[in-house]
Amino acid sequence: MDSSISTRYKVNKFLTYTVLIIFAIIMLVPFAWMILTALKTNQESISVDPFYIFPQAGWHFENFATVWKSYNFVTLYKNTILLIIFRVICACLTATMAGYAFGRLEFPGKRIMFSLVLIQMMIPSQIFVIPQYLMVSKLHLLNTTAGLVFPGLVTAFGTYLLKTGYQALPKDLEEAAAIDGCNIGQTFLFIMLPLTRSSMVSLGIFTALFAFKDLMWPMIVCTNANTTTLSAGLAKMQGQYGSDYPAMMASAVLAIVPMIVIYIIFQKQFVEGIATSGGKL
Amino acid sequence: MAKNKMTQSQKRQALWGWAFILPTMIGLIVLNYYPAINTVYQSLCKTGDFGRGNKFVGLANYQAVLTSTETWQSLWNTIKYTIVEVPLGIVIALVLAVLMQKKLAGKSIFRTLFFLPMVRAPAAVAMVWKWLYNQQFGLLNNIFHTKIAWISDPNIAWISVGIIGVWSIIGYNMVLFIGGLQEIPRDYYEAAQIDGASEIRQFFSITVPLLSPTTFFIVQTRIIGALTIFDLMFMVMDKTNLALNKTQSIVYLFYTYAFTNSNRGYGAAIVMVLVAFIMIVTFILQKMEKKFVYYN
Repeated sequence: MDSSISTRYKVNKFLTYTVLIIFAIIMLVPFAWMILTALKTNQESISVDPFYIFPQAGWHFENFATVWKSYNFVTLYKNTILLIIFRVICACLTATMAGYAFGRLEFPGKRIMFSLVLIQMMIPSQIFVIPQYLMVSKLHLLNTTAGLVFPGLVTAFGTYLLKTGYQALPKDLEEAAAIDGCNIGQTFLFIMLPLTRSSMVSLGIFTALFAFKDLMWPMIVCTNANTTTLSAGLAKMQGQYGSDYPAMMASAVLAIVPMIVIYIIFQKQFVEGIATSGGKL
Repeated sequence: MAKNKMTQSQKRQALWGWAFILPTMIGLIVLNYYPAINTVYQSLCKTGDFGRGNKFVGLANYQAVLTSTETWQSLWNTIKYTIVEVPLGIVIALVLAVLMQKKLAGKSIFRTLFFLPMVRAPAAVAMVWKWLYNQQFGLLNNIFHTKIAWISDPNIAWISVGIIGVWSIIGYNMVLFIGGLQEIPRDYYEAAQIDGASEIRQFFSITVPLLSPTTFFIVQTRIIGALTIFDLMFMVMDKTNLALNKTQSIVYLFYTYAFTNSNRGYGAAIVMVLVAFIMIVTFILQKMEKKFVYYN
């Protein structure tokens, strides 16, 4: 009896590890293959017979340096980082103010205004794209950082997220603050805002990831290779140099490594941020 | 009448409230509500050069969009992609999430690996997979000694693209499932163990019903996400790919018409078809929620 339970337990453990390891390999292989290809010569990358997994003719780390220079990665990084910084600042600033008002204050028209926030979240964003592009074009913001940031100046989703965060705070905070002589602005800034830090971090991560991954908008507004983001830059490179596989893989590595490093350092915040906001991504 | 009776403190709150929501509301109206209405208007116009001289043509764009086989083919392609990505992405993520609930060595390594695709740009992911799928030099054909045209054979390209979608989405779905699993009280499982229920039985009798709100949320957001897929198709399918016609999504078609061909009226009409379709799907999902979701 005892031994049958322990056998069943062992079989169970074995099956669990087998499934997890198989999927871990599936998750890892594309990433590993990207790096291995990036280190080969072009000749070696397309040799079928003999076919090698690892580079045989030396590890060509200089492939990274070559694409770094020839594809203007410094500019792509700069554009992407600026886009992320401005989007995150705008989203956090506007959403935390609106979220506080919707979550903690009473004012006429609140319900109608909040339903506008909710409805925006339900509309597919493709419906906004053509007029947004025409506006950016009329404002002469094509091929600028401002043009890239434009659709992300405010966020309905972030407002909703922050409103939930503010609502979860205890009721008597404002009363205590009022007794201490704070006005509404001071209460918000010094007492309430610091308490919703985790919601803000979630929104920041969500906004940053979205800006980093977005492909269509940068392709539309930044057609110039010097003004676009990493994602859209990769699309351009693929169109131009699609058959130099080591170069393509080296650029793909360069484009995603910063995000992966940030992810590994802030894993906990990322996972929490996506658990609370990931539905929209 | 009611407004006149507002006390001093209520007035102050109203003032602060409006001041705080004003940036967001102006933003939403300028960036979202005006554009949504403008898209409807554009869908009724023929686009002149450089977006000037829009001429009202009534439903002509809709007639062209709805009678074009390309539209229906793209819509069908999108549905096929959804049918591959959503169920597989959800089932695999659920199984992995449940397994990750156990006490395991190396759990954090597994977690890092499974979640990693979340932070990779779809553009880079698509490039790597395109290379793996390469018919002549790709890893897949070399390992399995096959000559499959993964992404240029119209009969299988949609599955190949769907697999990339599944691979990319497992991590997201897992994060959400793990969150849902942690909310199920442990004592249900302890009681089941005392009754001698096997783990499989526990999974179907406890985990599946109690997790159904999370599952429904994931199903809903993933279906909408899959129906608006663009990046994967755009990056994987070259303009010259023979299978493009049989794999391009409806948003890809929209992008091609609205921005590559600058035919905004026609593009706007495609978007309206997409919006109508998504609204129907959302409505059906809401109906199903009442039937299948178990709320405690």
